[in-house]
Amino acid sequence: MNGVLVPIQNCTVDMIRIKCPYCGERDHSEFTYGGDASIKYPALDASESEWTKAIFFRENIRGMQKETWHHTNGCRLWLEVERSTITHEIKSVKACHPQIEKITKNKS
Amino acid sequence: MTSVRKEKYGKINRDKVLGFTWDNKEYFGYEGDSLASALLANNIKIVGRSFKYHRPRGVMSCGVEESGALVTIGSGSKSDPNVRATTQELYSGLIAKGQNAFPNVNYDFGGINNYLSRFFAAGFYYKTFMGLPPFEWGKGTGIWMIFEKIIRKAAGMGKASREPDPDNYEHANDFCDVLVVGSGPAGIAAAQEAANKNLDVILIEQDSLLGGNNLSEAEFDVSLLQNQLKSSGIRVMSRTTAFGVYDNTVVGALERVTDHIPNPNSKLPRQRFWTIRAKHIILASGALERHVAFNNNDIPGVMTVNASRHYLNRYGILTGNNIVITTNNDSVYQTALELQEAGSKVTILDSRKNVNLDLPKEIDVYLNTLPFSINGRRKIEGLDVCKVTDKNNKNTIICDQVLISGGWSPIVNLVSHRGIKPIWNQENLCFVPGDIKENITVVGSAKGIWNKNDCIESGLVGAHEAMNTLGIHKKEISFPSVGGWLNPIDTLFEVKSNKFPSKSFVDFQHDVTAEDVRLAHREGFISVEHLKRYTTLGMANDQGKMGNIIGLSLMAEQLDKNIPEVGTTVFRPPYTPVPIGALTGRNVGKHFRPLRVTPMHQWNIDHGAKMIEVGLYQRPWYYPKKNETLSDSYIRETTIVRKTVGICDVTSLGKIAIQGPDATELVNRIYTNPFAKLPIGKARYGIMLRDDGIVMDDGTSWRLGENEYFMTTSTAAAAKVMSWLEELLQTRWTDLKVNVTSVSEQWAGAAIAGPKSRDVLSECVLDSNEISNQNLPFMGVLQTKLKDGTPCRVVRISFSGELAYEMYIESDYAHGMMDVLWESAKKYDGCLYGLEALGALRVEKGHVTAAELDGRVTIDDAGLGKMASTKKSYIGSAMRKRGVLNADDREMLVGFFPINEKETFNAGTIVCEKNNIQGQGIGRITSVTHSPELGHWIGIGYVNGGLDSWKDVTLVGADPVRNKQMEIKVVSPHMIDPEGKRMYA
Amino acid sequence: MTRFNAWNVFKNGFTGQKNWDRQWRDPEPKKEYDIIIIGGGLHGLATAYYLAKNHNKKNIAVLEKGWIGGGNAGRNTTIVRSNYMLPGNHEFYEHSLKLWENLSHDLNYNVMFSQRAHVSLYHSPGAKDGAARRYNIMRLHGTDAELWDLDTLKKNIPHLNYNDARFPIMGAAVQRRAGNARHDSTVWGYARAADSLGVDILQNCEVTGVKRSQNNIESLETSRGNIKAKKVGFAVAGHTSVLWQMAGLGNLPIESHKLQAFVTEAVKPLLDHVVVYGVGGAHFYISQSDKGSMVFGGDLDWYKSYAQRGNLPMVQDTAEAAMAIMPCLGRIRLLRHWAGVMDMSMDGSFFICKTPLSNLYLNAGWNYGGFKASPASGWYFADLIANEQPHKHVQNHNLERFEKGINIDERGAGPDPKLHG
Repeated sequence: MNGVLVPIQNCTVDMIRIKCPYCGERDHSEFTYGGDASIKYPALDASESEWTKAIFFRENIRGMQKETWHHTNGCRLWLEVERSTITHEIKSVKACHPQIEKITKNKS
Repeated sequence: MTSVRKEKYGKINRDKVLGFTWDNKEYFGYEGDSLASALLANNIKIVGRSFKYHRPRGVMSCGVEESGALVTIGSGSKSDPNVRATTQELYSGLIAKGQNAFPNVNYDFGGINNYLSRFFAAGFYYKTFMGLPPFEWGKGTGIWMIFEKIIRKAAGMGKASREPDPDNYEHANDFCDVLVVGSGPAGIAAAQEAANKNLDVILIEQDSLLGGNNLSEAEFDVSLLQNQLKSSGIRVMSRTTAFGVYDNTVVGALERVTDHIPNPNSKLPRQRFWTIRAKHIILASGALERHVAFNNNDIPGVMTVNASRHYLNRYGILTGNNIVITTNNDSVYQTALELQEAGSKVTILDSRKNVNLDLPKEIDVYLNTLPFSINGRRKIEGLDVCKVTDKNNKNTIICDQVLISGGWSPIVNLVSHRGIKPIWNQENLCFVPGDIKENITVVGSAKGIWNKNDCIESGLVGAHEAMNTLGIHKKEISFPSVGGWLNPIDTLFEVKSNKFPSKSFVDFQHDVTAEDVRLAHREGFISVEHLKRYTTLGMANDQGKMGNIIGLSLMAEQLDKNIPEVGTTVFRPPYTPVPIGALTGRNVGKHFRPLRVTPMHQWNIDHGAKMIEVGLYQRPWYYPKKNETLSDSYIRETTIVRKTVGICDVTSLGKIAIQGPDATELVNRIYTNPFAKLPIGKARYGIMLRDDGIVMDDGTSWRLGENEYFMTTSTAAAAKVMSWLEELLQTRWTDLKVNVTSVSEQWAGAAIAGPKSRDVLSECVLDSNEISNQNLPFMGVLQTKLKDGTPCRVVRISFSGELAYEMYIESDYAHGMMDVLWESAKKYDGCLYGLEALGALRVEKGHVTAAELDGRVTIDDAGLGKMASTKKSYIGSAMRKRGVLNADDREMLVGFFPINEKETFNAGTIVCEKNNIQGQGIGRITSVTHSPELGHWIGIGYVNGGLDSWKDVTLVGADPVRNKQMEIKVVSPHMIDPEGKRMYA
Repeated sequence: MTRFNAWNVFKNGFTGQKNWDRQWRDPEPKKEYDIIIIGGGLHGLATAYYLAKNHNKKNIAVLEKGWIGGGNAGRNTTIVRSNYMLPGNHEFYEHSLKLWENLSHDLNYNVMFSQRAHVSLYHSPGAKDGAARRYNIMRLHGTDAELWDLDTLKKNIPHLNYNDARFPIMGAAVQRRAGNARHDSTVWGYARAADSLGVDILQNCEVTGVKRSQNNIESLETSRGNIKAKKVGFAVAGHTSVLWQMAGLGNLPIESHKLQAFVTEAVKPLLDHVVVYGVGGAHFYISQSDKGSMVFGGDLDWYKSYAQRGNLPMVQDTAEAAMAIMPCLGRIRLLRHWAGVMDMSMDGSFFICKTPLSNLYLNAGWNYGGFKASPASGWYFADLIANEQPHKHVQNHNLERFEKGINIDERGAGPDPKLHG
């Protein structure tokens, strides 16, 4: 598994549709699920217990949650998606990077 | 039952006669026949056997709900078990066989089960077969597994082929504004109304003919409808079943492309799997007529009333001579009339006291009357009937067919896929779809609307609802109300029998009887899901389309509750079973996963490479001369690299371009070792950790300019590292001004290793001076040109421990680079080497790869602790200090020698103390090779506490799964040239 | 209670099957129990059973929000094996397998454990060595394990894809004592056996609130009233976080993901073993039920979800994986697919441990592996609740292991729950 154009999970069809702010609405098979977007990663020199909390413990929301998705087979943007973990309904999508978010917002 | 073809009836093409085979005998039917209608036309009564009791089964319906006429179609590798004869179109040369019977469905030895059925009640197998009968003596699973063999053979329905499926299948996608499922009156109305408003409409119909329940009408003209739809611009997909509704109004559908064609063009797919993304879905999926449970209600000749009407008006078959219709609702009277007109004697038993209908004189109608028990075993000989009020007094009506209508069940399956629970409608005794919050509208009898005109009206309203959601208009809408019969339906699910064992079937295929439901209740299986699982009610191919509601009502009666309080089972996709081949599509065989090859793939093969799969890649494994084995070849290659020079394709390594003012900062944060002061024109080997402080990957980064790096990763982690860098830059370190780009595909790479590598390289580049030790020292980077002027990059880096380089060139020039390098290497008696030799060389040097870095190993475990900076923070620097990750007795990388130098060993061997060969041992061997230079086998791996703890101790390598055990000793992992003199040479 | 055996089945054949009792009672909740297990799945029921049987505890209740076995117990692919290699994990799963071997007799309920062998294919020399490491460790623990070369594999399962597989099959790692079982009957068997030892199984009893003091749970608010408890055990994998937060305990090292399972139409015997493989990013496991259905599954749906329904993409992905290994499956039809919500932990290993509350015990984090684990899970969880300290085989299966750096990650995938299969 090398390089960019790796067929993620080899899915050809998908149900969740994500409106990538750069590329437009696409099947989620173009994306890779990242994880909980609300995690605040501590500074690199922070303590072990701060890091333990950040990377091992999760709120695991049952309902609307903010999460990251990577447009792996598209523009390669990391996106922050608000999605229900019960119905899979998506409320909002934006680029994680604040500057990119500004640009793509203006674009659309 | 005597079923006969009637002149002037039906929509079949009598000009086209089709021959087919049933159980090795030849018969004839007509174009337009289903297999079931053709069998009925030939008066074949027994077409199947039930699952458990092997009772004879005839055709019981005319559609997807069929649970009697399940047959095997085709032969050899194309044999298809469990096909519903009712939905299989007849074609010339069709071969069909009965199944689940020996020797055949007419005379089946398995029928003995029917006589033992008193013992074979629901769930009996949970109560026995555990041990030696009669008291289940013994322990363990031995006796069960003897019984299991017999049970498995008896179970199952049809026999599947073990040959690969020779057909191909296709995946296809489509989009539309409105997707209408079902082409009955409601569906047609909805589709036409939506199309009139210029919406892009797809209409899906599972049948080969359009029309839905219209097809049961004599006067219905299919071709007229087809022309109307064509001119309205509706995209019609017939022979296509919408089997599932998924998130975001996506519908999965299966198109049967060639299942009805004798010798299809081999280029056509057998079936096409459609994913249709609609903006709005209108479900006009119709309703199914129910049976009623009473004794022997499964004898061949029993059928739903509406099915009989279909057989008459669609297929021109009168299904019986002397027909008794039993009903609790109005829907049967039109059929009765038509059957009578077609020449049958018809008697109606209606359970209701008063029925306000114009009843024809020719038909005997008995009100307040119930079917009690069918006489006959292999065919119907008569029906015992009784008054509702007096079940002890029975009369027998001589007949050859019993048609049953126990009411109608709207097909709510597709709505149920969305997790929407259906709602019980007591007035009409059926479940209707629940409240839908998505862009899905249900119309017609699928909504519980019985009248044809109301159905059409509901279709129009449904189209307007779709337009509302699509923003075409905003219109007040109101659907026709549910129901629509003149006389209310009567509650009739079962006519209780006092016989035992009861033969009042609820699920015809799985032989679940009313008594089974009551037994489940007695034993506490009162929740619907428990009932289903305990009795297997509704678990057969038809997924309870016929029997579920009867089962529910029986349980409700036992619990003294209403049906809605008891619940409904959740219907799961698919609506009708879908072949795994269709789900798979084209991704079969070699196409299961994409194949990745390097730009010099063909060059490697032309030069004799044997290839090996590495992830999705094929890479050169070894380059055998004439009769060489793998072992001969890699040993020769390894020897030559150490003696002169070898060339190896390393293109599959990941390559990432890192550019921007903060490039150095990024590289410095992700590697454990310092990169801040790496000079331009130098490369460094680096280790990356995960957030949790465990090793993620190793690789190199070359500083090409002030703000530019070229990073290489391992083949296995290439994609992961790329995504990881992007994640860090876009989500965590958004203040860093760096851009990362994967250039793995853009650069082809080759390693040139061995004492003569400098000589080889000097000849290949434009200015050989650049390659000198002074100009290109160890870890030096050079951007230069091949002697023909093609730009390339060279780094002096060594994985083999020899003087070595890697050269990278634009992928399109890979063959040229290999030609130049190989031309030169040949002069020095060099060789091409593959992955096996590459592995041997690195094991001799104790370099780690994925085999050593298993996701649990720390940088210290891998013997690379000195590469972990204490002066900076980096990803994983906090977490690698966690508790036991620093314990003294952790496993550490070491080398292994066999005590007896003739001994070989394998990777995966567990290292144990000599007197304690058990459990986890004290370590493991991760990689092995024959070392030509040392003259014996060597390995690397881990032992607890490392070399210092076990130096000079004779240990044992235990490899019981390969019947090997040998004495070994622990040595330094750096087994050749530990000072590294050669690579600095 | 009438014992289950051939004699009684025979006898009932003449009495209209009228003499069978309820398999478990339907009692009214008492005001207070000594021990309440929340979750009427396999883990909860097994825990109650072993508390009563091994530790002679009385006055136990199992609370189930719906009907027993309605969660992952009834949604899995029923594979039972013990091919684990890390310390603690191996001992735990091997103990579980031993319990399985005699479970039908122990419960007097046929759980149909069929030791038909678990055949794990390998497709490269490296994968063979990886399997060898794992199966060697099993052998060195006295557990059965072997490697089959290609010829042996072909002889045993001749209809796998040996011709044109994208990743050629080279052999298999095999555990003969492993196999599959009947999930529902295991649930009912534990329920019946626990009930007969006096355990109250309270169905349709959803916990809606947890009343606690600083260090204790005092009582549970349920849909069937308030119930006091001296000790409480959570066994609600899939929804552990929800209950944990209800108890005001914050975050757990768990994410909920969904995993699909698939069942085909029943056919005559087509596969006599459990076959699994993982290559090229695919992960696949299949066996045939005694009824004749092919039962199989693949990877998670890859994104966090509490939805108990299947999605199409993973259906196709899994179908591809099926055809890749058994090309004859092309004509077999898929009958149903569904999803279960998995507790995916951060290292792919489970939790049987104490919690910040002195009378609360946690059983969670079963990832894909909960079904086969359930007997041992109940066994060791009961032991923990009764003795208030963990058995040595589960001493590391606690919430503190991450901060301590204890690594029981069989896959080595790191703290990304979606990667732990």
